[in-house]
Amino acid sequence: MLSEATYQKFAREVAKYPEGRARSAVMACLALAQEERGWLAPETIREVAEYLGIPPIAALEVASFYNMYDVKPTGRYKLTVCTNLPCALSGGSHAAEYLKKKLGIDFGETTADQKFTLMEGECMGACGDAPVLLVNNRKMCARMTPAEIDRLLSECA
Amino acid sequence: MAILGAIHPVLTAGLSDREDGWRLAEYEARGGYAALRRILSERIPAEKIIAEIKSSGLRGRGGAGFPTGLKWSFMPRGMDGDKYIICNTDEGEPGTFKDRDLLCHNPHAVIEGMLIGAYAVGANRGYNYIHGEIFALYRRFEDALAEARAAGLLGRNILGTDFSFELFAHHGYGAYICGEETALLESIEGKKGQPRFKPPFPASFGLYGKPTTINNTETFASIPFILNMGGEAYLKLGSPNNGGTKLFSVSGHVERPGNYEVPLGTPFAALLELCGGVRGGRRLKAVIPGGSSSPVLPAEIIMDCALDYDSISKAGSMLGSGAVIVMDETVCMVKALARLSFFYHEESCGQCAPCREGTGWLFDVLARIEAGDGRMEDVETLARVAGNIGGRTICALGDAAAMPVQSFLTHFREEFLYHIAHKTCLVPREVQWAGSGFHCADAGQQRAGRQG
Ligand SMILES: Cc1cc2nc3c(=O)[nH]c(=O)nc-3n(C[C@H](O)[C@H](O)[C@H](O)COP(=O)(O)O)c2cc1C
Ligand code: FES
Repeated sequence: MLSEATYQKFAREVAKYPEGRARSAVMACLALAQEERGWLAPETIREVAEYLGIPPIAALEVASFYNMYDVKPTGRYKLTVCTNLPCALSGGSHAAEYLKKKLGIDFGETTADQKFTLMEGECMGACGDAPVLLVNNRKMCARMTPAEIDRLLSECA
Repeated sequence: MAILGAIHPVLTAGLSDREDGWRLAEYEARGGYAALRRILSERIPAEKIIAEIKSSGLRGRGGAGFPTGLKWSFMPRGMDGDKYIICNTDEGEPGTFKDRDLLCHNPHAVIEGMLIGAYAVGANRGYNYIHGEIFALYRRFEDALAEARAAGLLGRNILGTDFSFELFAHHGYGAYICGEETALLESIEGKKGQPRFKPPFPASFGLYGKPTTINNTETFASIPFILNMGGEAYLKLGSPNNGGTKLFSVSGHVERPGNYEVPLGTPFAALLELCGGVRGGRRLKAVIPGGSSSPVLPAEIIMDCALDYDSISKAGSMLGSGAVIVMDETVCMVKALARLSFFYHEESCGQCAPCREGTGWLFDVLARIEAGDGRMEDVETLARVAGNIGGRTICALGDAAAMPVQSFLTHFREEFLYHIAHKTCLVPREVQWAGSGFHCADAGQQRAGRQG
């Protein structure tokens, strides 16, 4: 079961939509559930669907369509690096190569100690700050030079 | 940094870098909510507001450049029931990061613009759909909404009048396609973001099947300023048929990438100068002037081009979202295009076969050329596949995937042929490697300097 605090946040999201439109809150609720659980296990998705009164398949469809939901477990820190062209021009893909080497993993993989998952991202709307990466979907890190990447990795406990 | 440079700024005028510069009190001190207060106290008729917006020449800042006043006039009048107004802050078009900074530094301008829009089209509810990756700004927008509600600027009987309007934030979660307006509506309804057939257009069948107006964040943010200065004055800031100022997000090989606000019609060369010129004094090779979906223009064309809808269109590209992607001589055009094609393949929603299959073909062929396994006939294959996607899909993502391919082949065909014949890039790999600046020992300091 998800926590009481998460359910309170669910209620706040549902209240944004007209009567009978609780389904509209599915994106926010899945994101909140993932924030609590780290990833969206089938039973978590079912729990969200039940709360909203929608078929579990409708929630699963959303969870698998949008890239930021994780329907498989990830490491404690999911690092998503933008390698799209505007970022690549200022080092985005080189930053990704650097991370792959440092962590010894490829995109979509998790380190053996379950600490880091590395993902290839698309434009995050921050191209002027390249290289950019996103930690656990929430924290945007800008101008990630080799030294900054080293510092970020050492700060991840 | 709120803004790196400007010529006659409107949207970013008076913005400070102070931590609380975005707050309601600060916005009001800059003249904020005066337009809304005047409209409500003088009961200015909706038609008059729409006429003023029409006279300003404001064109949608989200990419298509559709005249905003005209769009607003499509909403049905004198009809009971819910009507919606939606702000598109999905900002996923590669190269674009202006709406992020508007939400960060001037969220109340967006709220006031939406309020005025709601009043003008008769909407009673609105949503701002915010790109999932900028979650901190989703929270900031919610904070700004709370301030506006507490001040009686949102909710029932706004400022004691009979005008009521509710506004909420909705976030995306990683799908470029949701920037397309009908995919965005599906997404707010809690579904996969798959675009709808048009017609019917959102003005007649929008969110939950109700009349809906959708505009870009920058479009809404411009509204209060237009009403304060008058449509004519706003129009005159820009060039004929291209009213006002525009935010340009400049990325890639310039000394100071960032957002710049300049009047429409400003020469590209002047914008490049504001950005400190091409990085490291290198030679300009090409510019994608309106986000990754707009056709690329070689240096000699863009250097003579003015930045407005009509001039860029005449030069063979699009102003799009105002995302100017600058590429210097260190760029391999095959690699650049291959990365863009990967993006469209990844982000195709899969609904239409020409787009779903075609984007995969484009990427496969480009990856093959980039890897040194290209065949001479591949250039024709690319042109043919791109030609078979454009215009054959429900939404414009298909065209967005095709246009870069066609324009790269038009202007840089020789480089593609070289790559195939020599099984490697025309630009030596070590030159490309140096171009990104990532491994420059002093890059960190240089960029930190840029911050200050
Ligand atoms: C694939 C695709 C992605 C789009 N992404 C965005 C976007 O991120 N932001 C935006 O405002 N418009 C985007 N648009 C354009 C919208 O469909 C719509 O035209 C726009 O939001 C209307 O606002 P405007 O008239 O104020 O420009 C996109 C269109 C397509 C086809
Ligand atoms: S291309 Fe990387 S954030 Fe836009």
